[in-house]
Amino acid sequence: MPDVSGTKRITDVGPHDYHDFLHPVIKNNYGKWKYHELLSAGHMVHVSETGDKIYSVRVGSPRLVSGSFIRNLCDLADKYCGGYLRFTTRNNVEFLLDKEENIEPLMNDIKKLNLPLGGIGNVVANIVHTQGWIHCHTAASDASGVTKSLMDDLYEYYVDAKLPAKVRIAFACCLNMCGAVHCSDIAVLGIHRRPPKLLPDKIVNLCEVPSTIASCPTNAIRPDSYNGKPSVKLIEEACVFCGNCFTVCPGMPIADPLNDGVSIWVGGKVSNARTKPSFSKLAVPFLENDPPRWPKVVEAVKTILDAYKNGAEKGERVGEWIERIGWPKFFNITGFKFTKYHIDDFRLGETTMNYSAQVRQ
Amino acid sequence: MSKKYQTPLLDELKNGKWPSFVNEIEKAAEKSEMTEDLLGQVEQSYNEKAGHWKHGGMVGVKGYGSGIVGRFSDLPEKYPGVKEFHTIRINQPSGFFYTSDILRKIVDIGEKHASGLFNFHGSTGDIQILGAKTSELETIFQQCVAHGFDLGGSGSALRTPSCCVGMARCAKANYDTMHICYNITQAFQDEMHRPIFNYKFKFKFSGCGNDCTASIARADMSVIGTWKDNIRIDQDMVKEYAKKMNLHKYVLSKCPTKCMSYDENGLKIDDSNCTKCMHCINVMPKALRPGIKGGATILLGSKAPMVSGPRLSMVLVPFYDVAEDAKNDYQWFRDLIEKIWEFWDEYGVSRERIGELIQRVGIGNFIEAIGLEPLPEMVSSPRGNPFVLYEEYVEADEGQGESV
Repeated sequence: MPDVSGTKRITDVGPHDYHDFLHPVIKNNYGKWKYHELLSAGHMVHVSETGDKIYSVRVGSPRLVSGSFIRNLCDLADKYCGGYLRFTTRNNVEFLLDKEENIEPLMNDIKKLNLPLGGIGNVVANIVHTQGWIHCHTAASDASGVTKSLMDDLYEYYVDAKLPAKVRIAFACCLNMCGAVHCSDIAVLGIHRRPPKLLPDKIVNLCEVPSTIASCPTNAIRPDSYNGKPSVKLIEEACVFCGNCFTVCPGMPIADPLNDGVSIWVGGKVSNARTKPSFSKLAVPFLENDPPRWPKVVEAVKTILDAYKNGAEKGERVGEWIERIGWPKFFNITGFKFTKYHIDDFRLGETTMNYSAQVRQ
Repeated sequence: MSKKYQTPLLDELKNGKWPSFVNEIEKAAEKSEMTEDLLGQVEQSYNEKAGHWKHGGMVGVKGYGSGIVGRFSDLPEKYPGVKEFHTIRINQPSGFFYTSDILRKIVDIGEKHASGLFNFHGSTGDIQILGAKTSELETIFQQCVAHGFDLGGSGSALRTPSCCVGMARCAKANYDTMHICYNITQAFQDEMHRPIFNYKFKFKFSGCGNDCTASIARADMSVIGTWKDNIRIDQDMVKEYAKKMNLHKYVLSKCPTKCMSYDENGLKIDDSNCTKCMHCINVMPKALRPGIKGGATILLGSKAPMVSGPRLSMVLVPFYDVAEDAKNDYQWFRDLIEKIWEFWDEYGVSRERIGELIQRVGIGNFIEAIGLEPLPEMVSSPRGNPFVLYEEYVEADEGQGESV
């Protein structure tokens, strides 16, 4: 084992102490911030009780980046920010400046690198997404390709804050949802539509039978034996195609290029402002994988965004707008077909029915 | 440089205004042969509409059971560069703050010993160094440790905790998210690096109800900032806002408890009825600030759909005095976590998240076991059905029977 540090092997040092990376203005004004103000979609200032100011310039990134990309950011941070920068929870980069005169030249240099300035305020925020075909074995669709195609088309809404409220879009390439997209204004979710194939030789040699059985949300996987060894069988009609069994057992592959694709969900939020946090609800049950640009997915998201932009009141999130106008009208305006798939038949599904005579006629 | 593979489908994704991940892979491929093979394999995925990664495999470094996600190509002869293409999760600093100096050092490691591709950041919050061969893992690990960075979590372990920017650069932070996140991560290194849980467990710390870490949807334990006292009002600034917008329409009528009024005497808030939703403060940041008696609401149980459906976190502790507990190294919080993990360890089954366990055994049994009192803040309403499992009763024969 190589001993690169030249000392004893050290473990469990934990994360690097963040104090080492804080801008001096941030250190001096920690916990003293009074308010912030948006100056443009990519630019804001935070003002402290002490009168100090820190300017943040926000830039979108594709999340999957090369070393050169990071080095470019570092060069800009050295030139204008004393080397200080940070990332946001939605994969944006924030340059932190204390000198107002540096903002304009920094923004010009950012434009020369063809990076988008924006993402603050009533914008389409940067899409949080998963790994997809680039790096994941359970992906039902690609994450980076759909995200890139969407952001190319929605670019104007990232660089200019012109929506009624912020719109958070998220992409997950399977139901595992490493991005936990289920509370987004608009969520795109990779899905399968056929049961897994059972490869008994692999199941008996590579899989732990009890955890494979436990992985199924509908108890469709039952104990069985194969050549005298413990194995599983599948009740196909009970399968909901979630793919969780494949996550724990390589002997149950579920990917199917003919039938995999994405679904689209709307109206979720995590913020507690005004209304409580809520799940995204099903809008479009299935759209086929259509690389490299998934035009039907882009079109469906654009349809939702246009309807929202035209119909929502100032300050209303997508879900609040739909609650106000009602789901029948949402399907009517968007032209999406309401099907039996939209009616929840999983656990607690019955709580989503309309137990009233309140119906818009 | 001549391209090793023709990639017409991926090339299409180099067009358009948004920064292209394909350009990023190509830039990394200029320095790494293995990354060229990634382009070839992904182009094939785009042609076939299917992924080409094998089911994960156990890889790691000595003494750790998590932090590295094994990734192997299912076409190793065709694309030998990605035969082994593991992900190394590096625990990010609180608040994702960096200096250019430290970022360059991390990038050096990834370019020299892996594919030269990175995620800034992974979904849970880690820096991800992508595309490492098994033989390089120990070197990468030791070099990261030499710069004061350690591995994050993966598998059935404590996952890398994360937090919002908090008091470092936000006027809405009601407690020091970055400090508690750092402290708790350091306190539970063993639980993060050596998977002993039924399944994953996530912490996320958000400074206010806007919840920038999406903790209420994504963290088994969500710690969300709130306050006990009154919203601080600058009446002069309220008047300034009133000149520019209709306060009744955009502030007062949007208040979930209608606890605000506004007239010539200024803005009045019935703070006892305020749910700290943040709307009015979001809309008038120069006029309104949270109170000074900050703390957090602790919620439990959110998760993505697997296995029994998605869940949001629910209130467990309505008000947690974070600053007070910080003086004692967060001992009260640590004790609460230990009690929850002990219950999960005792009664949970494999791949059952804490939220699912609570759903199965009932919230009443759970809070009793961890020593918390039932509180009306925990529910949106009391039960509406009469199927109550009464535990107290009177024995008929003894007249004044003992309760059981």
